[in-house]
Amino acid sequence: MATAVVEAVPAVNGQSDVAEAISRAQIDRSCRETVSIYYASAIFWLLVGSLLALVASIKMHTPGFLAGWDWLTFGRVRPAHLNTVIYGWASMAGVGTLLWLQARLAKVRLPLPILLPATGLVWNAGVAYGTLAILWGDGTSTEWLEFPVSVLGFFGFCLVIVIYASLVMMMKRRVHHTYVSQWYLYGAVLWFPFLYISGLFLTLAPNVNGSVRAIANWWFAHNVLGLWLTPIGLASAYYFIPKVTGRPVHSYHLSLLGFWTLALFYNWAGTHHLVGGPIPAWVVTVGIVGSMMMFIPVLTVAINHHMTMWGQFHHLRTSPTLRFVVFGAMSYTIVSIQGSLTALRSINEVTHFTHYTIAHSHLGVYAFYSMILFGSMYYILPRILRTEWSSAPLIKVHFWTTAIGIVMYFIGLSWAGIEQGYMMNNADIPFLDVVAYTIPWLASRSVAGTLMTIGHVVFAVLVWRMFRGAAADQEGPTLLNTPEGLSSTVTGWLRRRSAAKSQGGAA
Amino acid sequence: MNKSLLIFVGVLFTVVFSLSGLVLVPDWQFSGIGPFLAEGADPSEAYPQPLSGGAEQGHAVYVDLGCVYCHSQQVRPEGFGADINRGWGNRRTVMRDYLFETVNLMGTMRTGPDLANIGARQPSRDWHNLHLYNPAITSPGSTMPPHPFLFEEGADMQHVPHGAIMLPAEWQTSEVKYIVPNARGKAVVDYLISLNRQFPLPEAQ
Repeated sequence: MATAVVEAVPAVNGQSDVAEAISRAQIDRSCRETVSIYYASAIFWLLVGSLLALVASIKMHTPGFLAGWDWLTFGRVRPAHLNTVIYGWASMAGVGTLLWLQARLAKVRLPLPILLPATGLVWNAGVAYGTLAILWGDGTSTEWLEFPVSVLGFFGFCLVIVIYASLVMMMKRRVHHTYVSQWYLYGAVLWFPFLYISGLFLTLAPNVNGSVRAIANWWFAHNVLGLWLTPIGLASAYYFIPKVTGRPVHSYHLSLLGFWTLALFYNWAGTHHLVGGPIPAWVVTVGIVGSMMMFIPVLTVAINHHMTMWGQFHHLRTSPTLRFVVFGAMSYTIVSIQGSLTALRSINEVTHFTHYTIAHSHLGVYAFYSMILFGSMYYILPRILRTEWSSAPLIKVHFWTTAIGIVMYFIGLSWAGIEQGYMMNNADIPFLDVVAYTIPWLASRSVAGTLMTIGHVVFAVLVWRMFRGAAADQEGPTLLNTPEGLSSTVTGWLRRRSAAKSQGGAA
Repeated sequence: MNKSLLIFVGVLFTVVFSLSGLVLVPDWQFSGIGPFLAEGADPSEAYPQPLSGGAEQGHAVYVDLGCVYCHSQQVRPEGFGADINRGWGNRRTVMRDYLFETVNLMGTMRTGPDLANIGARQPSRDWHNLHLYNPAITSPGSTMPPHPFLFEEGADMQHVPHGAIMLPAEWQTSEVKYIVPNARGKAVVDYLISLNRQFPLPEAQ
């Protein structure tokens, strides 16, 4: 990949450059076991989550599908899907990336070479137990917190060790100045355990008013996205865009503003999920204000990333990492603006309780976060395993199936949701007519989901081959296209053909 | 920023700040709220009452089957959506309606209709049994999944068990002519029929 662009720059001082490269390789090596376990598990849960998603999606337009067993009923498969992708795929891919980035940025080796890989196994046990518990009927029906309370034991054990490792790397860092990615990562690693414990306690403890449970539920669920996944995604974008393009981040001050405004405002926005609900009006208003204030960090990050990319878009042609990360970063801007607007009462009146919300959440967790994490894995795995990706065409298949899949998913369900909302708000339209209207759109979602799943299987094959060491026999990184020209593509073929023709003409 | 302590403290401050503001303050603000009892009325007439008996067991079934992923339990106010016009309730629901809720079942999705007052809207046990067994029987075009696992099926017309519900003639087959709800099926119908949040609370008028 295009690290070549960065690392091939001739050093002013040749010797220290070599020392730096050796040190970097040693840091990557120290991450091998831990990050491998986290990444391989994440991809396993991505496949499980995709399968559960397809089952749930098909059930929505074909209700008789697998309807005979209670463990496969929609109301269990759907939360099983959400929890495997959030706590299996997204969180495990996130922890792997977070640890590698922290080691790289602090320029220290990853500590705890036994304990950290062990946390990967314990985390898996927690997700497996929690998912099975949902399917056999021990889920809590509290959205985003469906795992039984005891899963906290598994996650808590892992998080304590991950926090400890993070703090050790921060204290022992060999670079005095901290980079913007580090702020987000330290935020994420401290925020998530706090959220999980208080979210669990306030939604499920006895003697809490039912309405307060609802507020706590959405304070938690929104913040898993805002203060756990988002900071990891942004930290990766802030690292990989400058790394691959070889240009520094556009503005330090914008980075600073973006980070602290996100930290201040994001966690007030969650109650916009309860607009019109039976909770104090001021709590909803605060949620709407928080959502509006989110324009500041979102536009700040958007400008900063866009200005860093300015003039560098040609790298998208070659670098798998950059292609996925830039797709994700652009989705972040779109999903955040959409989210802020959806908090407005007039829009929320229509879109609340509809498939529009589902489309929005997938734009966030998938088009933004997951795409950035795919990009990060394309960069990190070759470095920790010291081997290359085996097939550029398969990487392209991965990119295009997932990119087209999520766009189709988003457009279909958003449109269905808006229409569904307007129809539901007109009491003259029978409810079952609203249901009938959405069915073709729900079927389109199954097609989109199948495309995305194909992409995931291709990615899993690529990673599997990488772990087996079956990489192509090559010297340099695997690029999507050679930088000189699109030799392997139709464009390249056309160019060669026209070149041959003009030669023929000259003769 | 070079001060890791600043990041550490700042990060923890922001999240504690929002938890206090959004969750703990409302909890404290409404901690004195209790069931409504009209002056001179018998305490047994207080509203709301915690669930008990079959309804309480049925609540657990409603939770484990994940009904909340398609059915909300909240009525939005007049003029905001069409909840009241659709007959989902005669008034908006308010905080006090949820005083004894042990799980947040307000919901965020209406693939199916709201159930805040389903007990008042549809009090027939037979309707609920047939609908749960196969929603297409009572609601043609519904995408709700059938729940055959909440019932025993039977076709022996010589020994029809007590409590059996006959399927409509066009739905009968040689294997299934009637259904008998099992314990979970009975409980979840108890719960659904108990759902009624139309008590005229003063703050909801």
